Amino acid sequence: MSTPVLEISDLHMRIDEKQILKGLTLTIKGGEIHAVMGPNGTGKTSLAQCLMGHPRYQITGGSVRLDGQDMLAMKPDERARHGLFLAMQYPSEISGVTTANFLRAAINARREDGSSISLKEFRDRLDEVMRYLDMDPKFANRYLNEGFSGGEKKRNEILQMLMLKPRIAILDEIDSGLDIDAIKVVSKGVNSLKGADFGALIITHYQRILDYVRPDFVHIMVDGTIVKSGGPELALELDKKGYEWVRTELAQSTNQA
Amino acid sequence: MASKPIVSDEYQYGFNDGDVGVLKFNRGLRRETVEEISRIKKEPKWMLDFRLHALDVFMKKPMPNWGGNLSTLNFDEIVYYVKPSENQGRTWDDVPQAIKDTFERLGIPEAERKFLAGVSAQYESEVVYHSIRDDLKEKGIIFTDTDSALREYPELFREYFGTVIPPEDNKFAALNSAVWSGGSFVYIPKGVKTDIPLQAYFRINSENMGQFERTLIIAEDDAFGHYVEGCTAPIYSSESLHSAVVEIIVKDRARMRYTTVQNWAPNVYNLVTKRAVAYQDATMEWVDGNIGSKLTMKYPSVYMVGEGAKGMVLSIAVAGKGQHQDTGSKMIHAAPHTTSTIVSKSISQHGGKTTYRGLVHFAPDAAESKANVKCDTLIMDDESTSDTIPYSEVSNANVEMEHEATVTKVSEEALFYLTSRGLSEEEATRMIVMGFIEPFTRELPMEFAVEMNRLIKFEMEGAIG
Repeated sequence: MSTPVLEISDLHMRIDEKQILKGLTLTIKGGEIHAVMGPNGTGKTSLAQCLMGHPRYQITGGSVRLDGQDMLAMKPDERARHGLFLAMQYPSEISGVTTANFLRAAINARREDGSSISLKEFRDRLDEVMRYLDMDPKFANRYLNEGFSGGEKKRNEILQMLMLKPRIAILDEIDSGLDIDAIKVVSKGVNSLKGADFGALIITHYQRILDYVRPDFVHIMVDGTIVKSGGPELALELDKKGYEWVRTELAQSTNQA
Repeated sequence: MASKPIVSDEYQYGFNDGDVGVLKFNRGLRRETVEEISRIKKEPKWMLDFRLHALDVFMKKPMPNWGGNLSTLNFDEIVYYVKPSENQGRTWDDVPQAIKDTFERLGIPEAERKFLAGVSAQYESEVVYHSIRDDLKEKGIIFTDTDSALREYPELFREYFGTVIPPEDNKFAALNSAVWSGGSFVYIPKGVKTDIPLQAYFRINSENMGQFERTLIIAEDDAFGHYVEGCTAPIYSSESLHSAVVEIIVKDRARMRYTTVQNWAPNVYNLVTKRAVAYQDATMEWVDGNIGSKLTMKYPSVYMVGEGAKGMVLSIAVAGKGQHQDTGSKMIHAAPHTTSTIVSKSISQHGGKTTYRGLVHFAPDAAESKANVKCDTLIMDDESTSDTIPYSEVSNANVEMEHEATVTKVSEEALFYLTSRGLSEEEATRMIVMGFIEPFTRELPMEFAVEMNRLIKFEMEGAIG
């Protein structure tokens, strides 16, 4: 499969009367890991959800294209079938639906020829991925996210990502609330997909996860737009100089821009 | 959001088989109607007297002024008895071809071969086919139709018949008592246990048909059994009536489970009285699924009369366009240390209405008893409604009562989550609905659960395509 390209161009978006994104531009290609960092309330999660097509957001300008195809014209399920994936910060709990049954349905929904994955092939793959992520096999038969701890939910998002093999994945604060061991597992999952046919956008508040998933590009987002981009050294700089300092610095650079 | 119906107007079993009856009464209910039913069945005098008394009670009792809308139910338009064939089949080959075709379409013989201990198939007023596995027969289990039981086990029959639900109980119990025909009779002797289900299947075919089956189940001390029934009817422009009475006696330490999935056409009034008496340390479990019908009024009850008795009702109700499911349960704690659980799940959509109506009663003798009621409602759209009407009567201070009710809509967040993985909105909605009723389907025998899932899936697809 060709190398994916997600092009976000001059994206404007609002919720109700509040403008959230104010002309955000970012291109993510296969083989690249991008990190978007920024203070709370700056629109990072809104960006992630609106890329996936959450109905709450109104797009007021700009475009989002995956391999040249207009994502904004598509519903979330169509975007997913084109290879977009969002690991959510707060995944929903779906009572009565086991993680395994859900994943199998999701895999089947993405098959273009309408065929179903065989139970054995599915089970083998699920077992393999769960072992890789150090997950208890019982996990597969628990109801989707119901009663899961924060860490279990995040792991489950990564499990889904590995099972569904997206072309572009957006990870929304996948590291929040995780201890260092869990971060390592989650990072291992992301790293396992690295390659020309996979690109990722990691949205995070903290630099910590970037020690384990090395980003090729780091972007600083403030007030609905990207104000500064650089290489991994930008994240390290943030880490070294402290977040408060960076906030001031960024505010200044925003003023200059 | 979520505008696709779970139960469509396209009812899966809505075909009819033409007029296959060998004897069909005229419409309407008179004394002669009752006498004629009893005469055809060659019943003993006591049963005729019972019927005529019940008819009096029926005539005197006013229509219930609570529950659903019964104003369009016209008793004069109903046909009270239809005999579909001359004889009851003991082998499948004996069943008339047209009826056999119906049950084949409904998958009955296949189900029997696969997993059932015994099967009874009722078509209109009479049971047309009946069988029970030899090994269960040898253990002394009786599984037959209620008319045959009256002939073949007269003493046993008379000892219990009408003792749990007398004609005076309510107008529809009185009606059933007057014109009852068919139904199942189950007797499980002391200490005999069987966990493979005995199944009955009830099919209404004629327009304006009234089906009044009467089921009587007796589980002796330490017995264990599971009875399962399913119901369907074709769609006609005018109404049919299904008004059954189910009486169950669960003796000391015995355990009985009664599972039903009723999938009536949307023009059937389904007005059923179901009640069990549970003696010392006995357990009675109702697993009750109501899909379809125009109006269902059904409140399976357990009278816990022995110390340590347990009652459970696990029910689902699905109401679509023009449908009202008024369902719930009655739990009567009449002895110490009794425990009851009610779990009610209802789904309303496309203007459908669900009502949970329940009563938990603690008698003065019910010291240290416990009741737990949980009602969950899923509302699929803004036109649909749901009510929860829980009553409790407490005459003993030393009891525990818990009630929990939730009303949810299919949330935008949950749909977004599932669709973001590639499921269409329809698939995602269906998955949420199936998950919602999973505590119910989990309790069904496997084949029934598969059927239930298939049913909901089929009807959604039917609605979309």
